[in-house]
Amino acid sequence: MALLNVDNLSVSFVTRNGTNKAVDNVSFSVEERQITAIIGESGSGKSVSCYAMLGLVPSPPGRIDGGTAHFQGQDLLALSEAELRAIRGRDIAMIFQDPMTCLNPFMKIGDQLIEPLTLHKGLAKGPAREQAMALLDEVGIRDPQGAMSAFPHEFSGGMRQRVMIAMALINEPKLLIADEPTTALDVTIQAQILKLIAELQTKRDIGVLFISHDLAVVSDIADQIVVMEKGKVVESGQPKAIFDNPQHPYTQKLLAAIPSGQKAADTVVPDPLINIENLRTWFTPTAGAAPVKAVDDVSLQIHRGEVLGLVGESGSGKSTLGRSILRLVPMTGGQISFDGIELSALEGRSLKQFRHRMQMIFQDPYASLNPRMTVYDTLAEPLLLHGLVNKAGLEQAIRELMDNVGLARAFVRKYPHEFSGGQRQRIAIGRALATRPEFIVADEPVSALDVTIQAQILDLLADLTKEYGLTMLFISHDLAVIRQIADRIAVMYHGKLVEEGATAQVFETPQQDYTRSLLDAIPGANAA
Amino acid sequence: MNTATQIFDDAEKGSSLWHDAWLRLRKNKLALFGGSVLLFMVIVALLTPWIAPYSYEAQNLDLGASPPSAAHWLGTDIFGRDVLTQIMYGGRISLAVGFIATAVALVIGVTWGAVAGYVGGRVDAVMMRLVDILYALPFMIFIVLLMVVFGRNILLLFLAIGAVEWLTMARIMRSQVQSLRQQEFVEAAVSVGLSPAAIIRKHVVPNALGPIIVYTTLTIPSVMLLEAFLSFLGLGIQPPATSWGLLISYGAETMEEYPWLLIFPGCALTLTLFSLNFLGDGLRDALDVRGSKD
Repeated sequence: MALLNVDNLSVSFVTRNGTNKAVDNVSFSVEERQITAIIGESGSGKSVSCYAMLGLVPSPPGRIDGGTAHFQGQDLLALSEAELRAIRGRDIAMIFQDPMTCLNPFMKIGDQLIEPLTLHKGLAKGPAREQAMALLDEVGIRDPQGAMSAFPHEFSGGMRQRVMIAMALINEPKLLIADEPTTALDVTIQAQILKLIAELQTKRDIGVLFISHDLAVVSDIADQIVVMEKGKVVESGQPKAIFDNPQHPYTQKLLAAIPSGQKAADTVVPDPLINIENLRTWFTPTAGAAPVKAVDDVSLQIHRGEVLGLVGESGSGKSTLGRSILRLVPMTGGQISFDGIELSALEGRSLKQFRHRMQMIFQDPYASLNPRMTVYDTLAEPLLLHGLVNKAGLEQAIRELMDNVGLARAFVRKYPHEFSGGQRQRIAIGRALATRPEFIVADEPVSALDVTIQAQILDLLADLTKEYGLTMLFISHDLAVIRQIADRIAVMYHGKLVEEGATAQVFETPQQDYTRSLLDAIPGANAA
Repeated sequence: MNTATQIFDDAEKGSSLWHDAWLRLRKNKLALFGGSVLLFMVIVALLTPWIAPYSYEAQNLDLGASPPSAAHWLGTDIFGRDVLTQIMYGGRISLAVGFIATAVALVIGVTWGAVAGYVGGRVDAVMMRLVDILYALPFMIFIVLLMVVFGRNILLLFLAIGAVEWLTMARIMRSQVQSLRQQEFVEAAVSVGLSPAAIIRKHVVPNALGPIIVYTTLTIPSVMLLEAFLSFLGLGIQPPATSWGLLISYGAETMEEYPWLLIFPGCALTLTLFSLNFLGDGLRDALDVRGSKD
């Protein structure tokens, strides 16, 4: 019998604007010692269905319309809040996307682990401490002794997620619900955490319900995949069947959207548009402290008409490098020349006038658009500022931009909050293109987007690069994305450039160990 | 215009934040009510010399303090002066002090706070330490000094009050700007090539308006009361000139015998206060584009 059996679960949210069916007749199950993955994009109801059966959906506005969720023979939906509370945390444990928000920032890791051990298991301080250290050891924390007296902020994201997993294991749960546990992590760390979850699951005989938006991530570890779209389960089955023979059009779309394949190598004539020599960008957090060498002695050329993919994990300095080129952060040393012009020599007015030749697309389209400016105002600003059009030509120019980035003209007087993430990124791309730049820095432009939207925006960027004859520095932590769009790849690690070469060459014959470990960590590499 | 060159329908036309805000404000009944009351008061204040029922100096010592009657709608004070007339003349001073001193505080405070918060670093440190020093300076001594040096006049009163009230405004603005400055849309504006002044004006200030508007609507009545306090000490308006604050403080002294001397000026001030709050709330909602559009 299945460990968890969810049958015809329906959840809706009652708002002023009507009732919104978030989960509609959803059924799935988790077998003992198996991993079931629920896949879907944001708003598909994948998280709501799990939260609902644990009584974690606030009501109102949430409302459970029907269905059953049998866990070890008990219907969770029929239990009282008190009975549910006893099951939550004991038999069913959860881990979340952002471990930082789940840990108390003012409490040492050790104390946070010891507390539940003494409370729930009635252990004395001494044994509790020993068990806490054993747990930290089990989740792969190298120095459990030192970790016990550390605070959460002293840990990296991956370490924190390990601590969260250790906490989830305290009560020896039968079922572990993991809600996007690796989404906020770097790709190599993600691979480690996935491995850890898979190991624990066999070692401790627990069933895992793994919620994710990323098909590639679950392909490696899941025994069963459930695909959700708009509150409904559209397809479920074993990973092999789903990947090899997807039945539902939505699953096919999801699979097609996984960045794959490689850009047909254009013959880029080496003609450096940007020449970076020994660039150093250091930050001094507080006066007197040792500087953080975000970019340390990097030399790089970006050729006219190419898309250079810049890869690295968080903290590798890749964003700082992009911002240094655009003169958004002051450089500490070295030289950057753009089309023969030394950028560090530009100041004040000459810099402002120069800015229209290079633009930036940001990661988070929610933060990069002024919430109080309509699409019209956002696009008009750079056009008017640089005198690229007169008042009469303004509307024509805005219309062209909107057409080019695939925004309907009817949206022209809407504000950013009225758009979806993908549409906002289109506005941001339009703004960057408004000045007809020669060079664009795209800093993780698709990382915040759902996978199908991500594919659309990547296509758009590839098209626009050709149409506008752009040179682009495409920054990403996601190698699969980079592979699809970049002509050449540069890899950064701890502020240094460790490898550089044509895309095919870097993927097939990586020269550095670090590059190799990045490539091995690409999720779905084994399935494909 | 319906020419062939027109590219967007009127419904799709780009419009400014302020235009949209006005459209939204128009739908807010309470805010409109507040705005109309304030407008009415301003008009009455401007026209007072011509429409006041009695002359400003007219006394009727025989009448003394009398309750409301047909001849004196709101009664008379102990000197037999018409209360309605006094409220009307007092309103001229109170509204002028309230609006002008607040406007002074608003302009200085918002600019100061925005510049300090946006530029940051040493400039910020110097600018905000200056604010701290002014905060620490005893307000009364400051005003007395001003009066001693420049002599007593009403313009100075506006300046003196405004010069004190902008300090808090600057602090609120600075903290808003500091968080806004980190936003990517500000970085985007830099990379587009906007000057710092234009970024502050177009991207930072509009996004910091919410708290500023709320604080402004709170500042106006507090400025009016401050004026009453100064006048009471003999540093502000002197009799026979009057203001709502003065009328209220005199009315409070005699409220057991002649309650109407407190009630009616109090009503005038309260009505203004309510109207300001309604209008302020309405403005804040109207300027928040995320609020429902229709």
